[in-house]
Amino acid sequence: MTTAVQAVGLGHSFGDKTVLDGLDLAVPAGTVCALLGPNGAGKTTTVRILTTLLRPRRGRATVAGVDVVADPAGVRRHIGLTGQATTVDDVLTGRENLVMWGRLFHLDRRTARRRADELLERFGLTEAADRRVKDYSGGMRRRLDIASSLVLAPRVFFLDEPTTGLDPRNRGEVWAALRGLVADGTTVLMTTQYLDEADQVADQVVVLDEGRKVAEGTPAGLKSLLGGDRLSVQVREAAELPAVADLLARVTGAEPEHDRAQLRVGAPVRDRVAALTAVVRALDDAMLAVDDISIRRPTLDEVFLHLTGRRTTEAETTPAETTQAETTGRTTGENPTAEEVPA
Amino acid sequence: MTTLVAPAPGSALRWLAADSWTIAKRDLVHWVRNPTAIVFGVTFPVMFVLLFGYVFGSAISVPGGGDYREFLMPGMFAQAMISGAASTVAIVSTDRARGVTDRFRSMPVSRGAALVGRSIADLCNSALELTVLVVCGLLVGWVTRTGPLAVLAGIGVLFLMRFAMIWVGIFLGLIVSPEAAGMAWAPIFPLSMVANTFVSPEQMPAWLGTIAEWNPVSATAGAARILFGNAGAVTAGTASWPAQNALVLAVLWPLLIVAVFLPLAVRRYARAAR
Repeated sequence: MTTAVQAVGLGHSFGDKTVLDGLDLAVPAGTVCALLGPNGAGKTTTVRILTTLLRPRRGRATVAGVDVVADPAGVRRHIGLTGQATTVDDVLTGRENLVMWGRLFHLDRRTARRRADELLERFGLTEAADRRVKDYSGGMRRRLDIASSLVLAPRVFFLDEPTTGLDPRNRGEVWAALRGLVADGTTVLMTTQYLDEADQVADQVVVLDEGRKVAEGTPAGLKSLLGGDRLSVQVREAAELPAVADLLARVTGAEPEHDRAQLRVGAPVRDRVAALTAVVRALDDAMLAVDDISIRRPTLDEVFLHLTGRRTTEAETTPAETTQAETTGRTTGENPTAEEVPA
Repeated sequence: MTTLVAPAPGSALRWLAADSWTIAKRDLVHWVRNPTAIVFGVTFPVMFVLLFGYVFGSAISVPGGGDYREFLMPGMFAQAMISGAASTVAIVSTDRARGVTDRFRSMPVSRGAALVGRSIADLCNSALELTVLVVCGLLVGWVTRTGPLAVLAGIGVLFLMRFAMIWVGIFLGLIVSPEAAGMAWAPIFPLSMVANTFVSPEQMPAWLGTIAEWNPVSATAGAARILFGNAGAVTAGTASWPAQNALVLAVLWPLLIVAVFLPLAVRRYARAAR
């Protein structure tokens, strides 16, 4: 398997502030690599260097085998970029947007039209093709945006936080679009702040913190590092906490974490469904009635707490839980108010 | 999926024209689908002509005598060319904030194409605005009293200034946020007023008059008055040096502005904008 993106000792700084510090990266062709980290971790800087928008201060990088510093124009022939902002034009229709980009990328009129039709079809926008983009949903816009980066069918596709600000349904649509892309052999390097997003689409996750790589591996590997998903039970009265905690310890084999204030008790689990079934059955057998049971992926915040021993900065302002989109129903769904931090 | 490769550079000139047309066409579609923008864009200059032509104009005397509205129109034309910079700043800064600029810069497309395309599209926009003003001027009694060549030269001088302002607009647009770009009219408005646009600088306090005389807008408006043969055209020897040399300055000022801002804009565009 060839390497689509390779970086060795990549470094950058703005003024005195080092934003990227000796990053090594190797993304095999035809796979998805997610750069996971909070704001300021160096994710966007990495993407900007790899897409020739920024010259690295230190280190080397090749994209599709071409050096980003020595031959930026050569790199540009093989890449597509969808940044954080939506570049689509609201006033134009979806089709007009794609044809416009095709023309600006110097396809002849017929090819630009044909390519627009192909992309509309592939991203499920054929029906909406002749509607103005201002009437599109957030997910449709994002898909159109991704489509317009793919007009020239790049070999390596860069995505900076593709689903930030989208609701769960729209995120699912974008993920499906990305999976289709990879099935076609495109290599994707994306950034994200959500572990569940990396889990959904990435083959390989690189966790960044303050410009450094702090962990690397498959999403499953990363999760098992944290002891898997989190199962948590909300009880009705504080008096029930010990009984439920005992039960959880027995079923999951892990030491449960208590949160007396929130009337919650939780534990890491390896097999989501099996654990949930076992817990529900055990609660039933013990005739214990509870308010809520939820299972969710560990949040970026928990990953960070585990890997770096401190919380991410944005976790202090926004609860990372609210950005999780693992809701599958009242009992199995995650509770957005969950405030559970592993001890 | 089809493999698509951008054509090799070489047919640069043809693509430049094609790019400009693509960008200009986008602007055109915007106008057609957002008629409010047109109504606003047309109403504003027309309102200015009426306001100054009939309300303030009755209190303003034209240097050397003559009809005030005939004096006013070349000033209005020049003002329109200067204020065009505000729309360039707005579009460039919005494109940058929306990541459109980055997409261009990460694509196998000539980096100049987007900039030149923008400038040609903006010249087209201004041509339309100028047409509206000319029609409006003809309706309120503005006429040209010179030959067709001189009139063409007058229009050329106006567009030269607009061309210069494009590069100021692109440079500023690459620096400021869209919010700040929305305020671009704030410095442009007084710049276009402290000039011979509406009132002769001789009627201003001496210090302000000097600033107004040297204002590039005065050169453009003054040259337009001369080339259209309009009231207030300075020919007499009593006028100040910049007023007497309006024709030369109307060419020199824009060239100077282009010489400074074109390289700045291109460099800023080529360099990574953060």
